[in-house]
Amino acid sequence: MSRTEIGGRPPLRYYLSKILFAGIVLIACSWILLPIVISALYAFSTPKDFYSPKEVIPLHYTFANIKELLDLGAARATMNSVIVACMTVVFSFILGLPAGYAFARFAFKGKDSLKLLIIGLRMFPMLVIAVPLVTLYIRLGLNDTLLGVALAHTTMALPFVILITSSIFVSVPIELEEAAFVFGLDRTQTFLRITLPLALPGLTAAAIFTFIMSWNEVFMAAVLTLTNRTLPAFILTSAMAAPDFIKFAASFIMILPALIFVFIARKYLISMWGITIR
Amino acid sequence: MVDVRLVGLVKRFGKTVALRGIDLDVRDGEFVVLLGPSGCGKTTTLRIVAGLEKPDEGHVFFGDREVTYLPPKDRNVSMVFQSYAVWPHMKVKDNIAFPLRIRKVPEDEVQRRVKWAAELLQIETLLERYPHQLSGGQRQRVAVARAIVIEPDVLLMDEPLSNLDALLRVKMRSELKKLQRRIGVTTIYVTHDQVEAMTMGDRIAVMNAGKIMQVGTPEDIYLRPANIFVGGFVGSPQMNFFDATVTEKDGKLILEGPGFSIPLMEDQVSVLKDYVGKTVIAGIRPEHMFPKDLAPPKLKGVEITGDIDFVEALGSDTIIHLRVGEKILVIKVSGSHHYKIGSKLTVVFDLSKLHVFRKDSGEAII
Repeated sequence: MSRTEIGGRPPLRYYLSKILFAGIVLIACSWILLPIVISALYAFSTPKDFYSPKEVIPLHYTFANIKELLDLGAARATMNSVIVACMTVVFSFILGLPAGYAFARFAFKGKDSLKLLIIGLRMFPMLVIAVPLVTLYIRLGLNDTLLGVALAHTTMALPFVILITSSIFVSVPIELEEAAFVFGLDRTQTFLRITLPLALPGLTAAAIFTFIMSWNEVFMAAVLTLTNRTLPAFILTSAMAAPDFIKFAASFIMILPALIFVFIARKYLISMWGITIR
Repeated sequence: MVDVRLVGLVKRFGKTVALRGIDLDVRDGEFVVLLGPSGCGKTTTLRIVAGLEKPDEGHVFFGDREVTYLPPKDRNVSMVFQSYAVWPHMKVKDNIAFPLRIRKVPEDEVQRRVKWAAELLQIETLLERYPHQLSGGQRQRVAVARAIVIEPDVLLMDEPLSNLDALLRVKMRSELKKLQRRIGVTTIYVTHDQVEAMTMGDRIAVMNAGKIMQVGTPEDIYLRPANIFVGGFVGSPQMNFFDATVTEKDGKLILEGPGFSIPLMEDQVSVLKDYVGKTVIAGIRPEHMFPKDLAPPKLKGVEITGDIDFVEALGSDTIIHLRVGEKILVIKVSGSHHYKIGSKLTVVFDLSKLHVFRKDSGEAII
């Protein structure tokens, strides 16, 4: 007599695969989370706990490290970073949004090669253009200014903004725009009243990404500024000379905005790749 | 309301020619269907009337007004899109009101008109919802409501029913037609579905390869196809075609077909006289042939005997594939009948319903 067993115990293989899966998830999460947790813990630990060989996890916490760092000049550098990042978002969107829309909606000669060229711009290491850029900036009087750094960051962010916004606009069905044309809007009005609201979640995500890109960028900022350091450039040149717990404090300040933004933008980030727009 | 006149429309997309000279008059208040296979240019024609495309040559007139190069917003047309194109970020009521608000209609009038359109389409209860909370059929109704609320000069519909399921499509077909009659708006309707075209259109323009093949009432198109394409495209199953030679025998004209010959009726003789010795294409619809026992008693017909190759029983109809020599003839009999595959069957075909086309141009002779 043979019959199929229903509702019996699943085979061992089933449990093993579950365990394996959980293990991989655990490793992946620790890979990301451990550095964040460690830097957060040490950023707030007292110097005594930090140097004590007995305590792996500090037991006493203080804001002194952060405060000291801010007093050293991090406060101003943070402000600079925010200003530069905001300017970068504004500039790259003013230039990139129309380009992205054009790539998404119009057929024109050389469209594909132009797209390739834009991606190609990202191929050159910043190192290569750093020296000519500094010379140019000195001539233009842009060296050591926040505007200068923002312009350099805009150059870096622009290809990303163009390609991403173009894919966001593509995901807004063209019939929705055509319906608006038929029912009485011209292209500008249609863009403002139909396309933009529908693309807004994706665009917000792209803006946040651009902000973080500028926030994290250290090389150009360090080369182009001397007194008006952005936060990463400040940390690279000043805080690295400080004791280790100050370094942890610095790294904590660095990742904080990114964490907050990504947390808020989580659900928009998905739609940035053109998946969720209905 | 206006009449629409298309004169010599030509449209090219790169190297492909989408329209090769479209001339069409749509009368005030008329429901005209553009029917054709995909890629025949019917949607392009509609988009040119809407103003979403500019023709490379030719003109579009609304009444006496030339609108060829006017942007869509200045034409007072409405359009129902295949994908409905209901704006997802607006509630149903705002979707319907939007075209009115663009036209700066006073708000109390907007409310009145939205209510009117919603009642006509039976969507009063959905007004507060967002499109993603609606079914396909409901979205379709919203799209139609939005299209009629502005009282357009011309209503354009681009395969509006093709995304609905079969039952709903049949229901909406009659509803849309009734609605159009009630508000009397000049309508151009694009479809590849001949049943939609036959049931909805006051007139049908059959298109193929960027040209209009025939314009006429559904009856015209069905009974008097102007060429082989129309004869073959309209009607299901497709019309039977076979090559035949016009020959004179004992002072009488006959059509010599593959394995059978057809004596012609007097009025047919007079037309086909000039074609003696030439090959033509004869056509007969499946529903105009009958198994001998089922033929109407007074039918003036020709008997053909063949072997039954295949039988499709559809319940309401039975479709017989009959092998006659090299040729398979398709016969449609109404009702449910049993035929044995492989057995012999004699069919009678209605001589008065015979179509004859020129072999070279495909134009209809009879």
